[in-house]
Amino acid sequence: MEIKVRLFATLRENRGKELMLTLPEKATPADVINELDIPKADVAILLVNGRDGDFNQELNEGDVVSIFPPVGGG
Amino acid sequence: MNGYAGKILRINLSDHTYKTENLDHEKALKYIGGRGLGSRIMAEEVPPTVDAFDPKNKVIIATGPLTGTPAPAGGRYMVVTKSPLTGTIASSNSGGYWGSELKFAGYDLLILEGKSPKPVNIFIEDDKIAFKDAGHVWGKIVSETTSILAEEAPDKAKILCIGPAGENLSKISAVMNDINRAAGRSGVGAVVGSKNLKAIVVKGSSRPKIADSEKLKEVVKESRGKIKDNGVTGQGLPTYGTAVLVNIINEGGVFPTNNFQTTYFDKAENISGEHLAENFLVKRESCFACPIACGRYAKADEIEGGGPEYETIWAFGAACGIDDMKSVIKANYWCNEMGLDTISAGVTIAAAMELYQRGKITDEEIDEGLSLKWGAADSLVSWVKKMGRREGTIGDKMAEGSYRMAEHYGMPEVSMAVKKQELPAYDPRGIRGQGLQYATSNRGGCHVRGYMISPEILGLPQKLDRFAIDGKAEWVKIFQDLTAYIDSAGLCLFTSFAIDAEGYAKLTNAVLGTDFTQEDLLEAGDRIWNLERDYNLKAGIDPSQDTLPRRLLNDPIPDGPSKGNVTRLEEMLPKYYEIRGWTEKGIPKPETLEKLSV
Repeated sequence: MEIKVRLFATLRENRGKELMLTLPEKATPADVINELDIPKADVAILLVNGRDGDFNQELNEGDVVSIFPPVGGG
Repeated sequence: MNGYAGKILRINLSDHTYKTENLDHEKALKYIGGRGLGSRIMAEEVPPTVDAFDPKNKVIIATGPLTGTPAPAGGRYMVVTKSPLTGTIASSNSGGYWGSELKFAGYDLLILEGKSPKPVNIFIEDDKIAFKDAGHVWGKIVSETTSILAEEAPDKAKILCIGPAGENLSKISAVMNDINRAAGRSGVGAVVGSKNLKAIVVKGSSRPKIADSEKLKEVVKESRGKIKDNGVTGQGLPTYGTAVLVNIINEGGVFPTNNFQTTYFDKAENISGEHLAENFLVKRESCFACPIACGRYAKADEIEGGGPEYETIWAFGAACGIDDMKSVIKANYWCNEMGLDTISAGVTIAAAMELYQRGKITDEEIDEGLSLKWGAADSLVSWVKKMGRREGTIGDKMAEGSYRMAEHYGMPEVSMAVKKQELPAYDPRGIRGQGLQYATSNRGGCHVRGYMISPEILGLPQKLDRFAIDGKAEWVKIFQDLTAYIDSAGLCLFTSFAIDAEGYAKLTNAVLGTDFTQEDLLEAGDRIWNLERDYNLKAGIDPSQDTLPRRLLNDPIPDGPSKGNVTRLEEMLPKYYEIRGWTEKGIPKPETLEKLSV
């Protein structure tokens, strides 16, 4: 299945802003970060379709996974 | 006296006299300093029903006991007064280097009273105080005023001033210091302007006494270590500044667009922190004793200056449907020059755009060559300048803030404000604790009275479900109370991403020689919160104003990741009143005030 991945801040370095990944059925966000060689510790915010995501949830065709390192402000 | 300078400088602008008074140490420890102590003195000396521009209103410029000490990011000061925008007590916070310099001159607080017969500047060099005519800088923009006064001042003096907006009594004007730092919110600049005061130049030669220097060194090292190791304060903020939030908030579908009509901006990338860093950033800037250095210094064409911050980028960007970063940088620059609050200025332009969309503002009223269409980037700077100088029909109305402008056009609901103060850059329909915080903030629409974005979006100190209702009242209270303490101590709120209440207690105790526990600090914050609430109630701000714009209560988010949600404030407010020790109607119970000895 095809998953859209959107990366932000320092996670873009050498990876780009937005990627389409082809993953097997039942793939999870944990598989996404493995595929992109992003250490779990570098992920501060994980969203699936804009909602709080879980590393182990099953993704569906066309899902958008957004990944942020620790950032903040206000 | 440790931490505190021990002195208050009371200035009578009506007859250009002054006197120094000893700080009441017991009262200071109870209300800490800064926002808390300033509010306490307001409650004692300024009747809550006073008109903000009446000479009987006072402006209290207050440092905290940690201002000017080695405590990390301890360079903050507060401007406390009765707000002309909200009618509540106002306390607007600023960084830079002016606050610490005031402490070095030997004062914890300045109390500005009365009204000068003509424009005046105040020069403070330790115990030498001088009143000088300000005729030559009145009407001048902030950078020009600062350069002229720097020539007249001792070397390395720090300068605070208002811009044309404050002189023109704009209800959304700021007090500026060090050129581009702002005590931005609630129209505090206009109160200074109403007193015919243009600038305060300060130079100091002393340093605050520290109770236990060795202990402080150790505690500062520990807290600086935490700041460095924390992903937000050690990497995120230094690298991208606050603007990095643009994409996060937008991805969650809570990035208010076109004056909160929608909440996902499809062109957000063009105004993101990443885009700013890649294309416009010249350098980073830091405030006094700050290891974070979140400040940006950006350049767009011929314009360069401090900022822009996240809230500003949003207000001039998505809120107005604008994705041109150059125009945003320029609008931010001109807000600083005019001495305008960037959040209120941007949201007021957004409200004008909606009034135009709905046919309330007509083409005939709009100045020639300007536009109020969504996305009208080319007009931004002109609107800011007109607002600052009250030029033209629309510019004059914008200077009053969005609520009064929208009310004039018979559509006050278009003003996205709480207690008439414009809301910042997070749609509370998808961040429910933040909605409760907006509604109950003692200075109206504001994110920095309790930054619920931290747990609800960023996951700090722990991740909360942003759509949940349960437990939010408790979280909001703790955040509001801790923030009241931080604001009173003279520290920057951003340290709270890395330092907890226990860490603040350690810093405070090392400086003051006290033995405060974290519970004591939260109790001081609770006391300050109730004092402000009590003042507001006496000022006629009744609890029915603990609410949000109709749109956020009734209209579900139309699309994007937070689609279908409203704020559900009515489900959280009763619990909030209860845990605050207030009646069902939102009035502090006598026993609550007694327990906190307000």
